[in-house]
Amino acid sequence: MSVTPETAPAPAGGAGGGPLLAVENLRVGFATEDGRVQAVDGVNFTLEPGEVLAIVGESGSGKSVTAQTLIGLTRSPNSHIEGSVRLSGEELTTKSERELQKVRGSKIAMIFQDPMTSMNPVYTVGKQIIEAIRAHDSSVNRRDARGQAVELLGAVGIPDPERRVNDYPHEFSGGMRQRAMIAMGLALEPSVLIADEPTTALDVTIQAQILHLIQDLNRSRGLATILITHDLGVVAEVADRVLVMYGGKVVEQGTLDDIFYDPQHPYTWGLLGSLTRLDQPRPHRLPQISGAPPSLLNLPKGCAFRPRCPHEFGKCSEVPSLAAHLLEDPKHLDRCWLDAEKKRQLRQVEPNRIGLEEPV
Amino acid sequence: MSDLGTTSTAGGPLLEVTDLVKHFPIKSGLLIDREVDQVRAVDGVSFTVNKGETLGLVGESGSGKSTTCRVVLQLLKPTSGSVKFEGQEIAGKSRRDLRPLRREMQMIFQDPYASLNPRKRIGQIVGDQLKIQKIASGKELRTKVEGLLERVGLSPEHYNRFPHEFSGGQRQRIGIARALALGPKLVFCDEPVSALDVSIQAQIVNLLDDLQDEMGLTYVFVAHDIGVVRHISDRIAVMNQGKIVETGDADQVCEHPRDAYTKKLLAAVPIPDPRESRARRERATAG
Amino acid sequence: MLRFAVRRLIGAIAVLFAISVLVFLIFNVVPATNPAARIAGKNATPQLIKNVEEEWGFNKSLPEQYWTQMKLIFTGKATSYSLAHINIDQRILEGIPQTASLCIGAAIIWLAFGIFFGYISAIRAGGFVDRFVTVIALIGISMPVFWLASIFLYYLTYKVELFPASGYVSLSNPAEWAKHLILPWVCLAVLFAGFYSRVLRSSMLDVMNEDYVRTARAKGLSQRRVMVRHVLRNSLIPIVTLFGLDFGVLIGGGAIVTESLFQIEGVGYFTAEALNQQDFPSIMAVTIFGAFFIVLFNTIVDIAYAYLDPRIRLGTSAA
Repeated sequence: MSVTPETAPAPAGGAGGGPLLAVENLRVGFATEDGRVQAVDGVNFTLEPGEVLAIVGESGSGKSVTAQTLIGLTRSPNSHIEGSVRLSGEELTTKSERELQKVRGSKIAMIFQDPMTSMNPVYTVGKQIIEAIRAHDSSVNRRDARGQAVELLGAVGIPDPERRVNDYPHEFSGGMRQRAMIAMGLALEPSVLIADEPTTALDVTIQAQILHLIQDLNRSRGLATILITHDLGVVAEVADRVLVMYGGKVVEQGTLDDIFYDPQHPYTWGLLGSLTRLDQPRPHRLPQISGAPPSLLNLPKGCAFRPRCPHEFGKCSEVPSLAAHLLEDPKHLDRCWLDAEKKRQLRQVEPNRIGLEEPV
Repeated sequence: MSDLGTTSTAGGPLLEVTDLVKHFPIKSGLLIDREVDQVRAVDGVSFTVNKGETLGLVGESGSGKSTTCRVVLQLLKPTSGSVKFEGQEIAGKSRRDLRPLRREMQMIFQDPYASLNPRKRIGQIVGDQLKIQKIASGKELRTKVEGLLERVGLSPEHYNRFPHEFSGGQRQRIGIARALALGPKLVFCDEPVSALDVSIQAQIVNLLDDLQDEMGLTYVFVAHDIGVVRHISDRIAVMNQGKIVETGDADQVCEHPRDAYTKKLLAAVPIPDPRESRARRERATAG
Repeated sequence: MLRFAVRRLIGAIAVLFAISVLVFLIFNVVPATNPAARIAGKNATPQLIKNVEEEWGFNKSLPEQYWTQMKLIFTGKATSYSLAHINIDQRILEGIPQTASLCIGAAIIWLAFGIFFGYISAIRAGGFVDRFVTVIALIGISMPVFWLASIFLYYLTYKVELFPASGYVSLSNPAEWAKHLILPWVCLAVLFAGFYSRVLRSSMLDVMNEDYVRTARAKGLSQRRVMVRHVLRNSLIPIVTLFGLDFGVLIGGGAIVTESLFQIEGVGYFTAEALNQQDFPSIMAVTIFGAFFIVLFNTIVDIAYAYLDPRIRLGTSAA
């Protein structure tokens, strides 16, 4: 029962029909004042053309660092990047900064969480869009570029784009600003859009509009999207596949239905359990996950989730590997030592509620 | 959720707000500032909060919910309207007259990173008010503060640590300890969990629930996350552009909203259930 | 924007008025001795003192005194008794070209070097270039002007006669004009260049962490473009403020030491003379002159600010 884009036009796929984006064993470490931090520790995933992949996690999970590393934004003297990122078969991690600049914006675009601080306050929105266009193709003259900018603003639902293209970022409301950022991202017709918490800073009614917009773009343009978020509600609305990250590693990976209806990792149970559901009666006590997300400087030995897991046992002192534990679903991976039968029992904390602990 | 039931039989009204108005003037003019318009942040708001209950105040940014809290607490002077605490009118009172009331009404703030003075130790942050209000000092003060820290789930040994040594969730606990130090009757919680990780939010919400039962507190809980508000509140008031558009029992408002804006707000909340979410979308395109 | 500019200008005028009143009070009302006697100078006869009293209005009420003295200063009729009876305003006007030559030249040098060194320190922060430039900057900031001037004068004009020792040659002879000003320019610029490079470096490092710089990189802009059009552009704002204040002070006669040591008879030189002779009318006049330029440049900076940062320009309408 997975969701497929029904009317998407033939999107740009990898050569020979392979995945659009293939990430293999990505590892990102930073040297900080307090020691070495392994922000991303062996992440693997693929992105098919026209697909929406959600990466879910909290602070310190490594989700944002993963996303930024895809286009090389984390490259710096104190960062150490290993692994492979292939776009349509082309390896990105070995590209020079110059070569990568050609990919950024034009093949893979990225938008960020806070549209107020993500746009330069001293230039008009139009100027910033034009800048993106002309940076990749200097033959485009200013007038044409401006025309394109106006079209883009209109395409993302900004009213009166002719006038608004000359406005500064702070003259837009929050939702309109995020739309403008999306317009800037689309300027060069990329095949992949990475959206890092695009709606976290927005009101819920605006969030719904922006998600709708992203979904629209995904369907009408076949724009493959990687959506970084901590909000499972957002995931349920737009994602096709989900990656759950914790402590720099992927702890569960599967289709949308897999994650919501057959979750295999206790952390996922915890996230699902602590959600408030407006369409269900309220529990007496909000199910919680005790403890706090681990500090990457001081990761627990063995399974990173162990200190917070009520179901931990002896074997958890060894780091579990990410593998498919369900014979019928080889693509649904998780990182937990519990066997499938036990998981099914333990996660059903109430007759129709999945969670980590039994409610008090 | 208070054990005392979900309707207003929880106790007599602790707080009565009537026609509260707060306008911020917009000034313009070449040489002299003239008031050309006003920002009607709070535009005639009325509600009551009964003893022991939790009133949830829901709205989006710009709805006026945070400003309402600050005006009720007299942190901002109201433009007009009445605020009665335990039957006593407090709107427009002088700072001196309000001082004893500060013990009874407190506030927990949203940003755990900005609301704690980074130069003070947490023992001081929590305990200073006890000193200022001359309730305790010296060893007695220390014992009291350590007790509070323990109550909110922190270790009393952390008395001498600085805020930056704690995580967001822990800092919010410190903020709660600070708000409860004087033993208030009414606590305003202004988006207390919005800035926290999802797995920590539930912990803090449960903590607030527990403390309410233990200490007989009355809450006004302000947030934009309706799910969380509904969980902790007995009654909910929905705000839009400075006005309250709907009030009622928490479950009632969420399941059977009457106002158009409330309906719009509820419809926008993402349902964390793919099948339900799809079904709702199909209903929306069909209907 | 217009509203902003008009209000700043009115504010500036109000400040100047307040300064003139303050200067008047300090120099005439506060000191204990008879002001007329002081103005008349050391070898004053009682008759002279009486004349001064008349001329400077000391026999009238305070507001009238203020008015009389301001009139003298602003209409160019104030003469100095201690300094060879020169017309104070005339002397100041004559000094302006020299002070301007010194200050503008030095400003161009210190801005160019300050911004250049600040920029390269920031883009290679933590590296060898950065450390090297930091040391140079600190040396520059630490060298007192009088010491540096003395060193230059001794080694470069006396021991080895590379540069002329002193004096000012007018712009009509550009080569000589420049030759006479190079040492004073460098002297004055060294301190500021060092300081400005530190300020720009710090400002750029802050801006580099901003979200919009990350967005600029994510758009695929070249490193150069990101650094100049996004980072540098936004980092210049504090430099503009600083420059307005520093330049305003200097051109108002603040380069006292440099002008004196190099015998450049500008406004600063005159100020030194007036201070030496304790000639209060002159001191009053140069103070007001200096204040005028500081306020002027302050106002220019504020208006430039609004141009550089549209959020300030649009004021309350930007919500």
